[in-house]
Amino acid sequence: MKELICITCPKGCHLKVDEENGYAVTGNACPRGEAYGRAELIHPTRVVTSTVRCTGGSRPRCPVKTSAPVPKDKMFDVISALDAICLQAPVRIGQVVLPDVCGTGADIVVTKNI
Amino acid sequence: MYDLIVIGGGPAGLAAACSAWESGLRSILIVERDQELGGILNQCIHSGFGLQYFKEELTGPEYAARFVELLSQTGVEVRLDTMVLDITPEREVHMVGKTTGYRIEKARAIVLAMGCRERTRGAIAIPGTRPAGVFTAGAAQRYVNVEGYLPGRQVVILGSGDIGLIMARRMTLEGAKVLACVEVMPYSGGLNRNIVQCLQDFSIPLYLSHTVTDIRGKERVEQVVVSEVGPDRRPIPGTEMIFDCDTLLLSVGLLPENELTQQAGIAIDPRTRGAVVYENMETSMPGVFACGNVCHVHDLVDYVTAESQRAGAAASAYVQSSPAPSGPVLEVKNGPGVTYTVPQKIRPERVEKNCGIFFRVNRICGDSEIVVSSGETEIARFKREHLAPGEMEHISLPRVLLDRADDTLTVSIREVN
Amino acid sequence: MQDVLIIGCGIIGAAAAFELSRYQLRVTILEKENDVADGTTKANSAILHAGYDPLPGSLMARLNVRGVELAKELCQRLDVPYQACGSFVLAFTPEECAALETLKARGVANGVPGLAILTGDEARRMEPNLSDQVMAALFAPTAAICSPWEYCLALAETAVQNGAELHLETMVTGMEKQEDHWLVHTTKGDFAARYIINAAGVSADLVHDMALPHSFTIRPSRGEYYLLDKAEGRRVKRTIFQCPNKDGKGVLVSPTVHGNLIVGPNACPVVGDDTSTTADGLEFVRSTALKSVPSIAFGQSIRNFAGVRAHAVGGDDFILQETDGFVDAAGICSPGLSAAPAIAEYLVELLQKAGMVLEKKQTFVCERRRTRFKELPPEGRAALVQQNPSFGRVICRCETVTEGEILEALHSPIPPRSVDAVKRRINAGMGRCQGGFCGPRVVEILARELGLRPEQIQQDKNGTWLLCGETKGGRADV
Repeated sequence: MKELICITCPKGCHLKVDEENGYAVTGNACPRGEAYGRAELIHPTRVVTSTVRCTGGSRPRCPVKTSAPVPKDKMFDVISALDAICLQAPVRIGQVVLPDVCGTGADIVVTKNI
Repeated sequence: MYDLIVIGGGPAGLAAACSAWESGLRSILIVERDQELGGILNQCIHSGFGLQYFKEELTGPEYAARFVELLSQTGVEVRLDTMVLDITPEREVHMVGKTTGYRIEKARAIVLAMGCRERTRGAIAIPGTRPAGVFTAGAAQRYVNVEGYLPGRQVVILGSGDIGLIMARRMTLEGAKVLACVEVMPYSGGLNRNIVQCLQDFSIPLYLSHTVTDIRGKERVEQVVVSEVGPDRRPIPGTEMIFDCDTLLLSVGLLPENELTQQAGIAIDPRTRGAVVYENMETSMPGVFACGNVCHVHDLVDYVTAESQRAGAAASAYVQSSPAPSGPVLEVKNGPGVTYTVPQKIRPERVEKNCGIFFRVNRICGDSEIVVSSGETEIARFKREHLAPGEMEHISLPRVLLDRADDTLTVSIREVN
Repeated sequence: MQDVLIIGCGIIGAAAAFELSRYQLRVTILEKENDVADGTTKANSAILHAGYDPLPGSLMARLNVRGVELAKELCQRLDVPYQACGSFVLAFTPEECAALETLKARGVANGVPGLAILTGDEARRMEPNLSDQVMAALFAPTAAICSPWEYCLALAETAVQNGAELHLETMVTGMEKQEDHWLVHTTKGDFAARYIINAAGVSADLVHDMALPHSFTIRPSRGEYYLLDKAEGRRVKRTIFQCPNKDGKGVLVSPTVHGNLIVGPNACPVVGDDTSTTADGLEFVRSTALKSVPSIAFGQSIRNFAGVRAHAVGGDDFILQETDGFVDAAGICSPGLSAAPAIAEYLVELLQKAGMVLEKKQTFVCERRRTRFKELPPEGRAALVQQNPSFGRVICRCETVTEGEILEALHSPIPPRSVDAVKRRINAGMGRCQGGFCGPRVVEILARELGLRPEQIQQDKNGTWLLCGETKGGRADV
């Protein structure tokens, strides 16, 4: 039995995940918590947010995020992959900057209109 | 003459202006000191915003963009890069901007939405030298997320509020080593999810009941001394740990930014350090409303939005119906276990169905009851499984219950063993 | 060849340069830091003492009284924030009441005008927040407060305007007496001058020993302070002292010209310029000040700091002496700030006695003006912004300082090179958020205007870097 704090929302439910019993989750207040509890033990993932360079706009940086959670152990690889990118304003929210970042299947997308 | 001037174009100001427009006002001005709308959300590039309001997880800039989009569909006027310098009792707003010049605009109603600022080293009197490298977490966040610069490589963070936790992760991802997060209280001031995904994910130790007792280094921070504190929060000699680092980030609390409010002579509540407000977020100055972090510091922007929508709607109602002075006023007081309440005053006859009361508790509680009483009479009781100072609490009182109260309402906590 | 080389650009060096720049002389100031006013001058009580403390007949007594008289006009002409607030010395016991009489007698002997002893009630009527325990108070109407670093800056800037040369980041490493002049070695090359003024503050003994046989030792004494938010700025209207003791004038509570409340200092001997604060020192300051004014809300603290006073071992007086054209202005502890312009006059007298010829300049400029957006009435503000839109952009929201004022400072005779240098000139970052909001913006403006990368901008002295490079380790220009 593994105890976890759910991170899917600010509530922070105290979850219990039973690895020996098909990763059954208890303590969750919603279905998202169940999914999180299971995933966190089998294959933990996180959304990564950062910035990339951006010229031609009012600010030197454009914030971005992964379009879906990526494997936790790939977080630093994702960040490294962003260092070489330089966007040209204007950019729009949702615009894909880097598809399938580090082979995770998630894209890097813009999170601010510049 | 504007119907409404909203001071501040962050989440509070945006929501207030949109809501005032929806409820019928057509002459609205937002004054924003930055070069863009969105306020502090623009530098909060992490995700986690909007779960309550939009039912999806957004980053700060995305959350702001939703409201900027909504606003663009209205006729609300926006003046950017413009700072409000003064508000007079006649509701004249003095403002200055590089492109807009010095202007005095009059308004029928005003919404104060200036947000908050961070407590600094001076506020908590950390002894030691005064080298460069001591930053508030928010200033570091601006350098990292907006300017794209790292303010240090070896970092200790004092305070486990959400901004401190978020910056631990941001600094780590961007190339710094965060050596420790230090919290003087026996519990974290931040959300549990942030302790997991910002500290535990990166194996950053959290030292509860510890504080920084010395800063060393002549030009730039070279060492930070961390000591354990006793129940009286005083350092225990002999427990010192020395961290070799070049940066100390402070996440030691937020203070509502109420210089304009005070200058205008509006009553301030020393507990919230924001304006004293009525049930509709109106301040002691008729026609002037306050909402968001300028009124009391929130943990979630979603709640700021909700509160500001109420303020915007109330400002609209004020302009359209100029309500007559009302009858009885209930004073809302904080009883045992509660540090403050918002609103601080309720006019029962202005309450339609329910009146929300927001407050914070002064310690972590397990199974508890929130008790609302008036004098000796208990009026209502609400059950909670868990209460923490870091999490704003909320109860909703039906109008019928308010009618049972005398002059005061007291909100207190009773722990159930 | 210089006529006079001044070592150190604190308040004494600056005042000397200002005084000398009235004459047809080649004057050069060497300062080891990257800005003026960067030592004792920037960290003290900011008080211009009336002059009842020093023993009658001493240099301190004479120059203090003369100095505060000169300061009044100087501050006005050179646009230095100055406020004639007056001061109280409080007595809590019959012994202290007697001490007030002694102080008053000394003051009268020193020529201090207007001294009066008030009863506790009279004092409380003028200062309602004084403790009930106050039995009597010595009232000195001529005491004043000022902005010490702006005072120094104004004097140095005016000296530069009048032809003096200032070399920053120039540290003296040695000195040799030549036949008719001194050869001074520095980290930026050699300088030759007929006369030297040693105004090196806490390092004055080291500088003296480079030129002449050892004759005095500076043993710095550190004082720690609280600076409180403007919300507390009106807690008292005057500078409130307690009876002086062996360590100095004791803990005072005073308004500042910027509208804050300053509380301190203690006195603690230290080695070198150790300006760290300590938990014990701050607690002593806090509890001692509450004895005078019990209602001070220390929760409104916005900054702690400490300064070192250049106290000379065994000396109760300033050391102002000349040998072979080398003039010491040493041991300038309190009331150094008060006495500064009079010390400068005295130094010029010493040089004249040593043979220096003084001829007045025809064109001496004794005016300086700085734009203070915050202090203008609405019409003035509107006109200013219309004339130059950069005055419409508020950079420091706590102190209402505009971009135009930063740009103006960058084009002044001694342009700021660091974030704190900007603060000392125009108050940006001095307020309740302590630069949390404007810091990054000031860095951006400095980088842009000085043609530097943001990571090259310093907080204060060299080595006080703020940024270590771009995030992710990359560089924008790669």
